[in-house]
Amino acid sequence: MQTMTGADLTIRLLERQGIEIISGIPGGANLPLYDSLYGSERIRHVLARHEQGAGFLAQGMARATGQPQVCFATSGPGATNILTAIADAKLDSVPIICITGQVPSSMIGTDAFQEVDTYGLSIPITKHNFLVRSAEELLETIPAAFRIASSGRPGPVLIDIPKDVQLQELSFEQWPEPGKPEQAPPAEKADLKQAADMINRAQRPILYLGGGVIISDASEQARTLMEKSNLPTTMTLMGLGAVPVDHELSLGMLGMHAAPYTNMALEACDLLIAVGSRFDDRATGKVSAFCPDAEIIHIDIDPSELGKIKQAHVGIIGDVQDVLTDLIPMVSADSRTEWISAVRNLRQAHPFVTPEADKANTPYGSIRKVADMVDDNTIVTTDVGQHQMRTAQLYPFRRPRRWLTSGGLGTMGFGLPAAIGAALAEPDTLVICFTGDGSLMMNIQELATAVEQQVNIKIILMNNNALGLVHQQQTLFYGKRTFASGYESQMDFISIARGFGMPTFDLAQCDNHAEMMREALESTGPCLIHVPIDVNENVFPMVPPGAANRDMIGADNNA
Amino acid sequence: MPEQSTNQIINHEILELTVHNHPGVMSHISGLFARRAYNVEGILCMPIGNRERSRIWLLVDEDQRLEQMIKQVEKLEDVLAVRRHDADHQVFVKLEEFFLA
Repeated sequence: MQTMTGADLTIRLLERQGIEIISGIPGGANLPLYDSLYGSERIRHVLARHEQGAGFLAQGMARATGQPQVCFATSGPGATNILTAIADAKLDSVPIICITGQVPSSMIGTDAFQEVDTYGLSIPITKHNFLVRSAEELLETIPAAFRIASSGRPGPVLIDIPKDVQLQELSFEQWPEPGKPEQAPPAEKADLKQAADMINRAQRPILYLGGGVIISDASEQARTLMEKSNLPTTMTLMGLGAVPVDHELSLGMLGMHAAPYTNMALEACDLLIAVGSRFDDRATGKVSAFCPDAEIIHIDIDPSELGKIKQAHVGIIGDVQDVLTDLIPMVSADSRTEWISAVRNLRQAHPFVTPEADKANTPYGSIRKVADMVDDNTIVTTDVGQHQMRTAQLYPFRRPRRWLTSGGLGTMGFGLPAAIGAALAEPDTLVICFTGDGSLMMNIQELATAVEQQVNIKIILMNNNALGLVHQQQTLFYGKRTFASGYESQMDFISIARGFGMPTFDLAQCDNHAEMMREALESTGPCLIHVPIDVNENVFPMVPPGAANRDMIGADNNA
Repeated sequence: MPEQSTNQIINHEILELTVHNHPGVMSHISGLFARRAYNVEGILCMPIGNRERSRIWLLVDEDQRLEQMIKQVEKLEDVLAVRRHDADHQVFVKLEEFFLA
């Protein structure tokens, strides 16, 4: 017989799940949990400076490792602050478990100090959520949270624990089994057969890989299928690195900021093999004009994705890795000489152009130089905006789980805390965070966390003193009425970083930019590399929102 | 346009859900329909068996999005089963006497 409090039980159950790091911030309603954490020998706590930072820290760990990770916040503002990181995890299918303190049960509904309806607020942005009503329930809830977060299509789970439940004493006989992902049911044989027939029959097929391939650890299978059947392959923003983006069959990213030839190849294809991708609007452009001549095979573990945006001719529900493993032997080897050569011609006629990529102090050049100086195991995070799209366009991702970006929700402020999380999860791996001044400012307080933890992250700040992508859209689509997108005062990011105790490298203050970049990347611990850039440098090509992917601005100039 | 009640041209379907019985389940389900602006005409809910489960009856518009709605409902952790019935199912008809204007 074991006797302990709900708080002790929670921490012990997290230990039994194998959790080693928890990010969070304490407050009145979760202090019992923190008191129990104080006694834990297995779990290290990482104190963030804002709950959203704590949430993204956990996301960084989860995205890099694929394992569910945990973050803590207190009731009221602690909970509301962390919601953005949870919503972000929902849209990108990231398994995080957020444990919030709540006011004591007897005070719920009284507008108590720091009371907010965390359960109600988190319903639409979690995969599932719990309001725990007794310490005994924790025996079931904690393992269930891990099972739910990691099964099928992963996602965030929130557990709201009132303070009295944390303090309640409980006796129980037996520890529950840790929660584990459930095995997905196998796909229908007949569907697999039909899909294989379609691939074997197709003249101009394209493989379209999404984040599901990364989540399912199906990179090897995706590459085998791609190479066996010689399938030109495009990846979504979330799918980059599923196969090496510089593989000869790779078309890179599709959609709004794709290379011209990529969108043009999709326009011409007669079969689209969608694997773990969800036909997001930034990928498809105007849906009715997306792959207009193509039949569609759609493979996904989430049944609600099939037919949500595009009706597939064959829909296969299952774990991408299992489905591809079963599919590969049924697909015949094919050289596809004609189609491969047509795609090669498109690539030559409509290439992707990166101005000034040879100079380390330019938007594309800084990305190129970093990529040249680090190895394939390096983790790259970004914030959201022009720097993110440029990184997605240019960086040679060759492995899964090395590219961490906020895709679905598009949350500025993601990059820095996610980089810290990734570096904590993999202390021996170099982590690069490409960011912009607008994004960095949204979670800049986490510089303190980075310095405190001495994580090996290098922040590459492309500073145009503006919300660059907003500025770009106003320039292109709102009659050049750039408004509220340029900052009136210029921040001194070098002084700011120094104030946090972080080493800095300022490309504005040196002549040999590449050399300074190398020096920064080879330094130990965190640092900030300042790259001033021009606000009028836009990201091209660009498909206007709502337009068909064939209508790319900036693609003609490249031809 | 001549006067025409939209109620007469919208067809309905009835969904029968088996769910876990605890506070919050209703909120998950009604929220799912509400945030997609999907009209729910009627809701009935009572515990069944040993009260660990409940049955929820929903009277909903028949709409091209219904298929997707049902898939979303099926994804909810607390929803154990979803069955579809035609609008001539008796569950709401038998209640009509309690809803006279």
